[in-house]
Amino acid sequence: MWEWIIKFASPMHFYMLVNRLAPWLGRAAGVLLVIGLYGSLFYAPADYQQGESFRIIYVHVPSAWMSMFIYMNLAVAGAAGLIWKTKVSDAIARSCAPLGASFTFLALTTGSLWGKPMWGAWWVWDARLTSELILLFLYLGYIALQSAIDDRRMAARAGAILALVGVVNIPIIHYSVIWWNTLHQGPTISKLDAPSIDTMMLIPLLIMIAAFMCYFFALVLVRARLEIIEQERSSKWVQELVLQQPGQSV
Amino acid sequence: MKSISGLRAFTALLQRDLVLGLRNQSDLMNPLLFFIIVVTLFPLTVGPEQSTLQKLAPGIVWVAAVLASSLSLDGIFRSDYEDGSLEQLLLSPQPKILLIMAKISAHWLLSGAPLIVFVLFSGVLLYLPDAATWTLLVTLLLGTPVLSLVGAIAAALTVGLRSSGLLQALLILPLFMPLLIFAVSAVSNVSRGLSVTGEYYFLGALLTLALTLAPFAVLASLKVRMA
Amino acid sequence: MNLSEFLHMGGYAFYVWTSYGLTAVIMFLNYWLPTRREQQLIRKLKRLQDSKSG
Repeated sequence: MWEWIIKFASPMHFYMLVNRLAPWLGRAAGVLLVIGLYGSLFYAPADYQQGESFRIIYVHVPSAWMSMFIYMNLAVAGAAGLIWKTKVSDAIARSCAPLGASFTFLALTTGSLWGKPMWGAWWVWDARLTSELILLFLYLGYIALQSAIDDRRMAARAGAILALVGVVNIPIIHYSVIWWNTLHQGPTISKLDAPSIDTMMLIPLLIMIAAFMCYFFALVLVRARLEIIEQERSSKWVQELVLQQPGQSV
Repeated sequence: MKSISGLRAFTALLQRDLVLGLRNQSDLMNPLLFFIIVVTLFPLTVGPEQSTLQKLAPGIVWVAAVLASSLSLDGIFRSDYEDGSLEQLLLSPQPKILLIMAKISAHWLLSGAPLIVFVLFSGVLLYLPDAATWTLLVTLLLGTPVLSLVGAIAAALTVGLRSSGLLQALLILPLFMPLLIFAVSAVSNVSRGLSVTGEYYFLGALLTLALTLAPFAVLASLKVRMA
Repeated sequence: MNLSEFLHMGGYAFYVWTSYGLTAVIMFLNYWLPTRREQQLIRKLKRLQDSKSG
């Protein structure tokens, strides 16, 4: 088991692993997305209160879910990089950030697009939207730190510490925002909550979440592969790999 | 060469940083000046009505305090990084956590503590009632050390970078939101005659958490940056 | 349910389709940008190698 892990922590073996794994994850994401989209646009009945606008849930909730899940991944990969000093975990941590930021952005915009017909306003200081907004700031801070430090590995380590500080803070931020929200508005409007969701509505949601997960894992591997090639561009295995690539020789 | 004890090293470093800080008067005064100017901008923009200002005062004071403190963060490690004494600090035989605590304490004594005095003036400018001003002082007493502790992490992560000042602010401001929420709600509770013990406990918990975890994060960040 | 009814989304067409469209665009960009960058990088490395050996 450990031998296997150590083997794939080496950049070259990681490259080969990604080549084998990413296409399958991509295909799985594609299939699940098609099924999930059918389920969310046709199979699921319209909500009796919110009508068809309820269908936004199928992109909003998976995005919000991913935004938090990816931050956890970022922190775990970063911690692994700090502890074992493996290049692969550094590359994975750095690759998580743009994906996480884009899902956070999606959660915010789709939440806003859902909020407009439901609340009559593009933005409401709802506890969840506010938490997502702060999460977006955390991602953007991480990305800003990455681009400020030229040395990739040092950037990844520094980012890992920042992400771990963020992980300690996220629950505190989340619960204080919820508390602040109830203080100012009362717990009346949280239409984004779906306390008892119908099974016919739930199944497409679960499929969409699974699709987003496969999509994320496929792309984080592809991004990390790109990072690894850029980092190892002068090493022997990358040179050999480039030679094997089809394409015209000038 | 005899090595000195950790506690001696702590007081020596604290003393050194305080002397250096007090000598450099512009670095000491500028954040405070910034604070009082930001506070002055509000009556000029939202209007000088007593009721409006009273309502906004805790928020204004806290936002200005957070901004002023994030402006002064750059100074914690910058000069030590430039003259190489930061490297010496990381190589010293004394427990490094104590040395980092000394640097953070010096920063708080030079930036956070004077701010608390300035809050008395801003309370007058914003028509804050006496009871609310005292509560504001307590929240700042509990909160500004958190600003220095958590801010030191950002300062350590960005030490030696060119545009570190703005970057530090970007990194830490989102982390201060719980602090702001509870501090401001304590003050508005007092204005409405409600109890504030819950908020005090929460701010105390945040301070304890920052005290126990932040020095380790600062040490780890410095090690990464100096590697 | 016919097509125009489906596209109409019970009056919420704008909100629903913008949400789905935005998600599709961003998910596509997240796939396309790194893939393109990787191809460009490998092409560049290949050119460098050719010029060195040639």
